[in-house]
Amino acid sequence: MTDTHQVQERHYLSTGSDWTFELLETYDREIARIAALYKLDTYPNQIEIITAEQMMDAYSSVGMPIGYNHWSYGKQFLQTQKNYQRGQMGLAYEIVINSNPCIAYLMEENSMPMQALVIAHACYGHNSFFKGNYLFRTWTDAGSIIDYLLFAKNYVRQCEERYGQEEVEQILDACHALQNFGVDRYRRPKPISAAEERARLEERENILQQQINDLWRTLPASPKEASQKKGRRKFPEEPQENILYFLEKNAPLLAPWQRELIRIVRKISQYFYPQRQTQVMNEGWATFWHYTLLNHLYDDGLVTDGFMMEFLSSHSNVVFQPGYDASYYNGINPYALGFNMFRDIKRICEEPTDEDRDWFPDIAGSDWLETLHFAMRNFKDESFIQQFLSPKLMREFHLFSIYDDDEKNQYEVEAIHNEAGYRRLREMLARQYDLSVREPNIQITHVEIEDDRSLTLRHTMQNDTPLSSDVHEVMKHLHLLWGFDIHLETFKGERLIKRQSCPDTRVS
Amino acid sequence: MSYIIDRRLNGKNKSTVNRQRFLRRYQKHIKEAVTGAVNKRSITDMERGEQISIPTRSTHEPIITHGPGGKQHRVFPGNKEFQAGDLLDKPESGGGGGGSGKASNQGDGEDEFSFYISKEEFLNYLFDDLALPNMIKKNLSQSKEFKTRRAGFVSEGTPNNLSVVKSLRNAHARRIGMTVGKRRKLKELNAALTALDPQPEDSREEVISLRLQIEEIEKKLKTVPFLDDLDLRYRSQVKVPMPSSKAVMFCVMDVSGSMTQDIKDIAKRFYILLYLFLQKSYEHIELVFIRHHTSAKEVDEQEFFYSRETGGTIVSSALKMMQDIIAERYNSDEWNIYAAQASDGDNWDDDSPQCAELLSQQLLPQVQYFAYIEITPNQHQALWESYTGLLKQYPHHFAMSQIRTAADIYPVFRELFAKERYQEAV
Repeated sequence: MTDTHQVQERHYLSTGSDWTFELLETYDREIARIAALYKLDTYPNQIEIITAEQMMDAYSSVGMPIGYNHWSYGKQFLQTQKNYQRGQMGLAYEIVINSNPCIAYLMEENSMPMQALVIAHACYGHNSFFKGNYLFRTWTDAGSIIDYLLFAKNYVRQCEERYGQEEVEQILDACHALQNFGVDRYRRPKPISAAEERARLEERENILQQQINDLWRTLPASPKEASQKKGRRKFPEEPQENILYFLEKNAPLLAPWQRELIRIVRKISQYFYPQRQTQVMNEGWATFWHYTLLNHLYDDGLVTDGFMMEFLSSHSNVVFQPGYDASYYNGINPYALGFNMFRDIKRICEEPTDEDRDWFPDIAGSDWLETLHFAMRNFKDESFIQQFLSPKLMREFHLFSIYDDDEKNQYEVEAIHNEAGYRRLREMLARQYDLSVREPNIQITHVEIEDDRSLTLRHTMQNDTPLSSDVHEVMKHLHLLWGFDIHLETFKGERLIKRQSCPDTRVS
Repeated sequence: MSYIIDRRLNGKNKSTVNRQRFLRRYQKHIKEAVTGAVNKRSITDMERGEQISIPTRSTHEPIITHGPGGKQHRVFPGNKEFQAGDLLDKPESGGGGGGSGKASNQGDGEDEFSFYISKEEFLNYLFDDLALPNMIKKNLSQSKEFKTRRAGFVSEGTPNNLSVVKSLRNAHARRIGMTVGKRRKLKELNAALTALDPQPEDSREEVISLRLQIEEIEKKLKTVPFLDDLDLRYRSQVKVPMPSSKAVMFCVMDVSGSMTQDIKDIAKRFYILLYLFLQKSYEHIELVFIRHHTSAKEVDEQEFFYSRETGGTIVSSALKMMQDIIAERYNSDEWNIYAAQASDGDNWDDDSPQCAELLSQQLLPQVQYFAYIEITPNQHQALWESYTGLLKQYPHHFAMSQIRTAADIYPVFRELFAKERYQEAV
């Protein structure tokens, strides 16, 4: 609890556990007031009350309020429904969407304290993160996503009407298989706008097709030009890591509407790209703020002890971290790690120890709120951990790092939470959140333009890690989109160690 | 600034379309699962949904990820006793172990993705593509039967439909309504009269006038009718065309010594299917079980399937009995008659032509459909040969097929009732 606040005379906002729309407004107003004190800058909130069934629907469409139809969402739904009906899982209390206004779903089953928790967590925690973090600012456009999703849904539906459900499904399946390879990592994409998309749709279709025709032109333009190009034309000139983008622009046989479908999957994947890189920070930030804001409410004498008991009980469930040997251990809990890191930063600012001064000379003793906002704005999980994980927290989590070499029959404990291990441990944990380590490095290196039009990809192994067996299936999808042979070459360093092809899976 | 919106009344079935697409995509798997379930379930047990399991491999959406292996560093929480440099043995199973790193969520692909389909969906998959032959013959459009149904109350009708309670209630209300003013007046006059304390022969002018007035009002009150035409209410009955919704299913089975319990079980499953299928098409179904060896007997279901008999086989006895029962109880104008005969093919040689004759002359003209299944792994016998002729004569009413093992039931059932046959029949 924030002990700087004197417990004042109490005027409870509510005492029962039932919520009403008036109470939601009251709580929201109070939480907003407090959030402003902590300089949380948010998009306007759109709080929507939904039922459990609707929550299951929302779950199955990756949390998006509108999505095009696809069987995989049906699969997701069946899974969610089964787990929920069997009581194997509770539904999340909330889903929040990075949009402007920021849409948050609240379940009607929640009690008043839970609704307040969710409002603080989603509408002020996540919301301010979406608005402030550099990744979201750079890569997503909160203002237009809902419009774009609607555009996408309608476009997919029109395609289904015109070209048949199965044709469309085939393309979408293939795109989904490659969706993690459909993001620009280094270049900020243009903001998406549904209106513009529509307007430019036709224009783009024509231009695109022209460019492709140009690339695949088989008649030499003039004898002179042809002779100049006799030297092998290299295409693409640079290796391409955005595979979907490359296919959209260059696949020889696709119709314009198929390219547009690729574009849709690519754009949506791009939209989720920041979320995949900021899970610990995003959840940690939101959890830190629901904790701080609701405690502030309590200190202001606005909520009852019972309210706090219920809130704290679910809060401590959320931030519980079981040990690696617990039967329900399921990786490091991002809520727990993030929440504790933000709390720890605050502590380092307010009451630094000698160790902290040693490790964090820049922030020890600084203004905690400034520092917290700075951390939220300018980092992603990997760099956040690398920068801010303190020895004290590593000790509290009892972290240790295991080295697993598939050529040895023993694991090695390479670092534990002690003086010798802190830096190594922190580095290893940070790497665990690095997308470029988590995801295989695959790039398009060569297209045989003047011969069989085959497409060659290069997989550069990291830490000698092979690709999962899924890759055969993915190559089939790739082949469907490209239309000609696909070769995948795996390199260990500079040495080619494996070459797979589709069709014809000769392994050499 | 926040807006709070109540979305609870919005549709909750946003996922329906996606769910259907999933079911359509895995139709093949679901049908297999349904077929398997039919083989396992008992006759009373068809009316529920089913859990469908599909190998995760088939529903898996491939993406490019790292596989197991290589040189990995992983950080875990909750260290108790490890020191840097400790070596730990890897679990025996090799690749699969190794804690819960990135690789662990890629199992061997052997587990199953399972979900439930509802009872309706179950039966729909079961009966997919099926339609009974000649069903059209007695469908709604040609229905000759009507049934009457209550349709509230009306003010005109025949005396036999008079609703006494409703009518009297109306009359009561009307009487109260029509006399309320007069009765109030009467009460006042009576009170005034009592106030004057009148004698029987009182000749005071006020008393006489009051008494006259009272008499007048009482007379008027009496003229209000106890029951008026207005009050009468009749029960309304409307005639609705009744679909010919009755079917009778004859189960005919040989129970002679040569029929083992295994064969009977196979036959039973065939009857289950037929029964369920009819149940879907008709409101009311009766079952008649006829078993026979050298003589036929109508029995109940339990006895039909599970009592043991020995002896020879005369199939015609059962067919004759069926003919008698139809004549007695199931007029073919009113009933849709289906019959399924199961046998191992044994029959007295002399009897087989007689059976064919009985069927072609008497039974087949009356029934919607007669299915003969021969459950035997062996060569066809005399009965089959005799029945073959009927196929040409009544291609739309008669079908026969051979079942060798339990697994054949469903394909044969489908074959017997295949849609093509239905279309030919139309």
